[in-house]
Amino acid sequence: MTAPLTIRTGPAGSRIAGVGSFLPRRIVTNEEMCTMIDSSDEWIQQRTGIIERRWASDDEPLSYMVAEASRRAIEHAKVDTDDIDAVIVASVTHLKATPALAPILAAELGLKDPAAYDISAACAGFCYALAQADALIRAGSAKSVLIVGAERLSDLTDKTDRSTAFLFADGAGAAVVVGSDTPGVGPVVWGSDGTQADVITQTEDFRDAVPAGRMPTLYMDGKPVFRWATTFIADAAKDILKQTGIEPEQLDVFIPHQANNRITDSMLRHLKLPEHVVVARSITHIGNTSASTIPIAMDELLTSGEAKSGQTALIIGFGAGLVYAGQVVVLP
Amino acid sequence: MATTEEIREQLAEIVNDVAGVAVEDVQLDKSFTEDLDVDSLSMVEIIYACEDKFSVSIPDDDAKNLRTVGDAVAYIERAQA
Repeated sequence: MTAPLTIRTGPAGSRIAGVGSFLPRRIVTNEEMCTMIDSSDEWIQQRTGIIERRWASDDEPLSYMVAEASRRAIEHAKVDTDDIDAVIVASVTHLKATPALAPILAAELGLKDPAAYDISAACAGFCYALAQADALIRAGSAKSVLIVGAERLSDLTDKTDRSTAFLFADGAGAAVVVGSDTPGVGPVVWGSDGTQADVITQTEDFRDAVPAGRMPTLYMDGKPVFRWATTFIADAAKDILKQTGIEPEQLDVFIPHQANNRITDSMLRHLKLPEHVVVARSITHIGNTSASTIPIAMDELLTSGEAKSGQTALIIGFGAGLVYAGQVVVLP
Repeated sequence: MATTEEIREQLAEIVNDVAGVAVEDVQLDKSFTEDLDVDSLSMVEIIYACEDKFSVSIPDDDAKNLRTVGDAVAYIERAQA
């Protein structure tokens, strides 16, 4: 007879207890961008909304950026670090494949024996990590999970590519997710479409690029991405509300991945959100920082007072893969 | 079957919604980029909104040739025929 296995269960739900973010010190204005590419401040602003972005310096490695964002998230969450028993880092720019960044971060923070691993889900990384944290907690596999989205996209940006150079930037955002009998994280709506893997992609394998004395860079075919984001992803955002049982009128805040203000504008037309909904626009000064845009925007909206603790926010990330994920969350 | 004028009117509503151009300015002889100040991203949105609205398919290679409102209306008429 098969021996019966004891299983664990967790609380009914989870919630974000605190968020934190880190932006590198160096500000790169559109004016400076235009010394590298043939463009103009007006063109960049009109097409993307971006006024400036941050590029990390040599003394701001990804490991430092994730630690800074995490410390702030832990401070805001007011949790005991001893209670954090899982760490998930979402990034596509941790350029050392092994070991993962998460255990290094955990050690830097002095966490004791947490599960720690990285995920690669591009600009949807934070929402993927949140879905995992929520599931780990509800399954009883973890009590508190530190999730981080962090990128140094400037390491993989072709600074002379006039279609992408001004978009990509660096930043980190973190959140602490804890158990909650009242759910503060709604059901994830997520998916992927690998048939469009070539529309946002690293140009070549490191094995090919590095021996030839160069770094791979990020390529994006803007038009199909724009179309996908403003149709399929806008529909996915509607589906998130539906699956969470939230009417647009009940929503307080909308934090889409900060890919391009024009995508946000189009999503808003599609979603027909009421005017009272606060919409994240942090792309104007942080650019597109992939996995980190959502927690950075959330932290900034809470810090500025534009969004408040306890409010209901729709978050959705989407990007290379193509992959996407989103949830409704209660703001910490 | 929608008339040319009906298609123009519906297209004008799309252009108004996407790019904020006054409906009455969206006339057959107007160039999207030069007269109506519609940029390439808005044009992408207008094309797919047309595909949904008129149940037609407008491949990228064809879309780039739609310079004027009249070009777009004629294309939609042909595609619907």
